[in-house]
Amino acid sequence: MTSVANRTVASRLAGHHDLLVTGALGIAVLVVPILALTVPEGSALHLSTFSVTLLGKYLCFALLALAVDLVWGYCGILSLGHGAFFALGGYAMGMYLMRQIGDRGVYGNPILPDFMVFLDWQELPWYWWGFSSFPFSMAMVVAVPGLLALVFGWFAFRSRVNGVYLSIITQALTYALLLAFFRNEMGFGGNNGLTDFKEILGFDLQADATRVGLFVTTALVLIASYTVTRGVVSSRFGRVLVAIRDAEDRMRFLGYRTEHYKLWAFVLSGVIAGVAGALYVPQVGIINPGEFAPLNSIELVIWVAIGGRGTLHGAIVGAILVNFAKTWFTGLLPEAWLFVLGALFVMGTLFLPRGLVGLVSRRER
Amino acid sequence: MHRPVSTYVTFSCHHRIGAALRGGGVQRTLLCLALALVFGGAARASTDGFESMLGELAGKSFRRKSEAIQAIADSGHPAAPRILRALLESRAFFAPESERLLLDVADSGEGVVVDAITGEATRVAFESGRRKIVLNNAMRRLLRSLVARAGLASRDPRERRQAIKELMGRDDPEIQALLREALEIEQARDVRSLLETAIAIGALREDDADAGSDAEARLRAIEALSGSLHNESRIALDGLLTRLESRQSKSSEEEAQIGAIREAIDAIDRRKVGFEILETLFFGVSLGFVLVLAAIGLAITFGVMGVINMAHGEMIMLGAYSTWSVQQLMPHHLESSVLVAIPVAFLVSALVGVAIERGVVRFLYGRPLETLLATFGISLFLQQSVRTIFSPLNRAVASPSWMSGQWVLNDAFALNYNRLWIIVFSALVFAALIGVLHRTRLGLQIRAVAQNRAMARAMGVRGARIDAITFGLGSGIAGLAGVALSQLTNVGPNLGQAHIVDSFMVVVFGGVGNLWGTLVAGLTLGVTNKLLEPFAGAVLAKILVLVFIILFIQRRPRGLFPQQGRSAEA
Repeated sequence: MTSVANRTVASRLAGHHDLLVTGALGIAVLVVPILALTVPEGSALHLSTFSVTLLGKYLCFALLALAVDLVWGYCGILSLGHGAFFALGGYAMGMYLMRQIGDRGVYGNPILPDFMVFLDWQELPWYWWGFSSFPFSMAMVVAVPGLLALVFGWFAFRSRVNGVYLSIITQALTYALLLAFFRNEMGFGGNNGLTDFKEILGFDLQADATRVGLFVTTALVLIASYTVTRGVVSSRFGRVLVAIRDAEDRMRFLGYRTEHYKLWAFVLSGVIAGVAGALYVPQVGIINPGEFAPLNSIELVIWVAIGGRGTLHGAIVGAILVNFAKTWFTGLLPEAWLFVLGALFVMGTLFLPRGLVGLVSRRER
Repeated sequence: MHRPVSTYVTFSCHHRIGAALRGGGVQRTLLCLALALVFGGAARASTDGFESMLGELAGKSFRRKSEAIQAIADSGHPAAPRILRALLESRAFFAPESERLLLDVADSGEGVVVDAITGEATRVAFESGRRKIVLNNAMRRLLRSLVARAGLASRDPRERRQAIKELMGRDDPEIQALLREALEIEQARDVRSLLETAIAIGALREDDADAGSDAEARLRAIEALSGSLHNESRIALDGLLTRLESRQSKSSEEEAQIGAIREAIDAIDRRKVGFEILETLFFGVSLGFVLVLAAIGLAITFGVMGVINMAHGEMIMLGAYSTWSVQQLMPHHLESSVLVAIPVAFLVSALVGVAIERGVVRFLYGRPLETLLATFGISLFLQQSVRTIFSPLNRAVASPSWMSGQWVLNDAFALNYNRLWIIVFSALVFAALIGVLHRTRLGLQIRAVAQNRAMARAMGVRGARIDAITFGLGSGIAGLAGVALSQLTNVGPNLGQAHIVDSFMVVVFGGVGNLWGTLVAGLTLGVTNKLLEPFAGAVLAKILVLVFIILFIQRRPRGLFPQQGRSAEA
């Protein structure tokens, strides 16, 4: 474990990284729309809609990784269930998009989504009320994962469940949600989830301009979240978090209510993960219970580990690099990807305890 | 489709006399002869006539085929029982060239056919193929009843029981007479009680006009059926109850009957509920032992060593694939291949476990979260290796005959042999593990290292070697779990993943570092899961159990049986 003193050195360097991260994202915000929309299709510089969506997906994952780094890197809480917050945010967005379909579904029912007609439901369940309104849906994107994190964290931290035990029960949490969302009776589309979306806020989801708009939104949200989390971790609150990570008992003896600090970090992290899910769903066009799979939650931990935990920018770098590698490998050698991922897990933990970013900053120092 | 009893009597007598002369069953043979005289169905089949009856079977008309089946049964020809049984089991077919009916002899291996009439093995060339005799459902019913009548006179009590069950609940006074005759000479107690039930059912189904004269007998029949677990008993009681209740005016006798029927039905339902609970408990205990078996390996690596082995599920998977591979290597020894697979699976998983410990885990002691991630990487690696080597498709492991089938205790309660064996196997593995840990020098060293590594080393225990052995032991036991699971589910690359979350739940629920806790936790969770299933459905039951564990950990973070003393500090 890195000591508190070492952290201050890192945070002096961090100003430098902040500029790089926000700068790179800012450039992407400016350049991607130009390359995708104004450069003609034949040109070598043209960015296809597919690539724009792919980049948008990477940024969603980066946002998710940022959320995990906040609790794992700065607070020592290894959550193996962050995919649950991501998926819940995604489902909230998916419900809004389902309601936007209106009577254009296969069955043409103006009130009920297709899967409910198919299951012979007579009326909209109460928990679907209000999702035709965008502001309400966005409030739910934040509120549902946030509430789950609040309730779960409150119970867990109050009774001092930590370390491996916490990891295992977060995994049980997402596994239980996975099983629950697979059930048709839940009213979330069961196995198939929610899909076949048509438009968001009146913009056609298939249109190039909408895709670019979604990318830009994701990038801007990422910049904002990065700034907020950076602000949090370099505040007094953040320093308490780091101290809790390194010596929780000592902090408790010093008179800090450590469970409160952990709880608020966990809730903030859950909310960011939920927002990432909400941005992810309109870009990929589907949300299904598979997003709750424990495997997904564990995989995203490795993005953070590879990038370098406890740095924030490392999480972003790790998420983008690992997912880029995944796209590349699954295209080239689909069989080999799990070998590579497995090797990343092992090699990353054995030889890169501070991640790729750790390698770079060591050289700088 | 009622046929005179002579049908049964004639051919079964032919069938039976030889056997009776060889010894025993003289009374039953006398019954046959007596009945044959009473009903007058003398055997007078000329072989020519019989052959033409068989010829009818090849035709297309179901009506004429049904008549032919009746005629065959009535003919009393010695070959009739054999032919009827073969027809019922779809083993009869027609050879067009020689115009002969031939029968497949199922138990003499494939391709052996016998002539229907002579019963001798023949060689027939099937140039234009063989024509199966096509039956419809009405013909199958007729055949079943004819065969059952024959079975009633069989020497084998199992066949007699089967025949009685077939005949149970048929509205046929002649069958009733037959059953009563059979009861008089029956010696075996279980067959007698079955016959009594069947006769009582018959008594309830008789026409009310007949029964009205003998209300006393009917009341006795109702009482005889009280608590009987056969489905037919319940149906007969229900039927009589509806008939009696629909009467406008009821005599006092009928009122008494209605009361008696209600009591009898209550008794049946109570017994059935009792057996249902027993069955649920059995399923729960067997699921619990599967959970225990999958989790005790983890209880060693996680509980005793404090290492989070996310590849534990894949150790189970390797054990299951070892079982499959052993079976492929010795295809002619299906019965024993599972037994051979037990040591093989243990060794394969244990060796892989030792390799993981030496190669990765030992560099990460004291860093549990990193261990978790690294072993998770290994689990992905192993899964993909299996997918590449054995294909991503599921493999089915065949069960040996001593593990398949059910131990039928009565109509409402049967135990699956494979689940029984798995309970026995898990209990043995658990006992062996406790024995190793508490009765051997190695176990002592393992416990010493787990409690205080530095002190154990100071006393001359080679810590690193014990670590590797402990990890190998835990992994090997996971391999044994794989052998057991291969008998319950298909073997696939995701087999381990499906069990890893459950295993962790069991270990954490029971209290880390406590094998008895793991046992109690596994059984509790298994039984709870199965008890919830009838009310909540399988998936919801599982979710409820998970939520319960999450809440439980909040209350008691160290499980049911927390470790106490110094070793609890870690």
